[in-house]
Amino acid sequence: MIVPPSWFMALGAVLFAIGVAGVLLRRNVIVMLMSIELMLNAVNLTFVALSRALGSVDGQVIVLFVITVAAAEAATGLAIIIAAFRNRETLNADELNLMRW
Amino acid sequence: MPLWLFIFLAALAVLSALGVILQRNAVHCLMALVLTLLDIAVMFIGLGAVTVGFLQAIVYVGAIMVLFLFVIWLLNLQVEDRPPAHLALKLFGSIGAAALVAELCTFVVKAPSTAGLSRLPAGFGSIGSLAESLFTDYLIAFEMTSLLLLVAVIGAIALARRPAPARSESAAAMPEKQIGSL
Repeated sequence: MIVPPSWFMALGAVLFAIGVAGVLLRRNVIVMLMSIELMLNAVNLTFVALSRALGSVDGQVIVLFVITVAAAEAATGLAIIIAAFRNRETLNADELNLMRW
Repeated sequence: MPLWLFIFLAALAVLSALGVILQRNAVHCLMALVLTLLDIAVMFIGLGAVTVGFLQAIVYVGAIMVLFLFVIWLLNLQVEDRPPAHLALKLFGSIGAAALVAELCTFVVKAPSTAGLSRLPAGFGSIGSLAESLFTDYLIAFEMTSLLLLVAVIGAIALARRPAPARSESAAAMPEKQIGSL
């Protein structure tokens, strides 16, 4: 039996929601960044499943772009984390509240 | 992809993704994330996206995750001892995530059927077919990503660089120092 694409999309939805929950529940900024990576990958899975279902390679090209943006985001985000840790000596998002209104 | 393989990979992906958000030690979170990403890479290959699957394993697991690992090592993170979040936040976060799953799955029901699954163009998902699309239809976006990576690299270096030692002779550096010390 061939697995229908909607199953992959449902799995992508579950993984995305786990990533959202990670961003909401965890206070460690590095783990929050990891949760964002998890969300990006859930969307990638949906793209590839639909690319397979539609027989078009466009979804895979967009996954390449998503991976590129994720690399840029991880590099910049981790640099911000290092700079914040150097100034505040903490990684707790509740304590990094300088720009909070 | 056979059904048993999908069920195995899906269960592994969900369990390791839960491990990412539930474990206290950041290194354990990262290892769970590596497992999730490799799992998704295997799924990509099973879906016919061979190039993207290998790129996922090489770029994500090989480069980005090692970057995370370096930062964790650099900052010498310890296990969190405080509770991860307030109870209300935990409650609303869980309810929100569950509502998100329900909402997304209502859209999934309308997904295309398996009608077109059997016939695929030859070389689907190979480097050649990807490159053909990447360098014709998506050429401008492709060039933009190179610019994006350049800006990200410069930004990362500028942000993470240790601030220059205080120059006593220049009074003009004072406002900059004040901003940095905030």
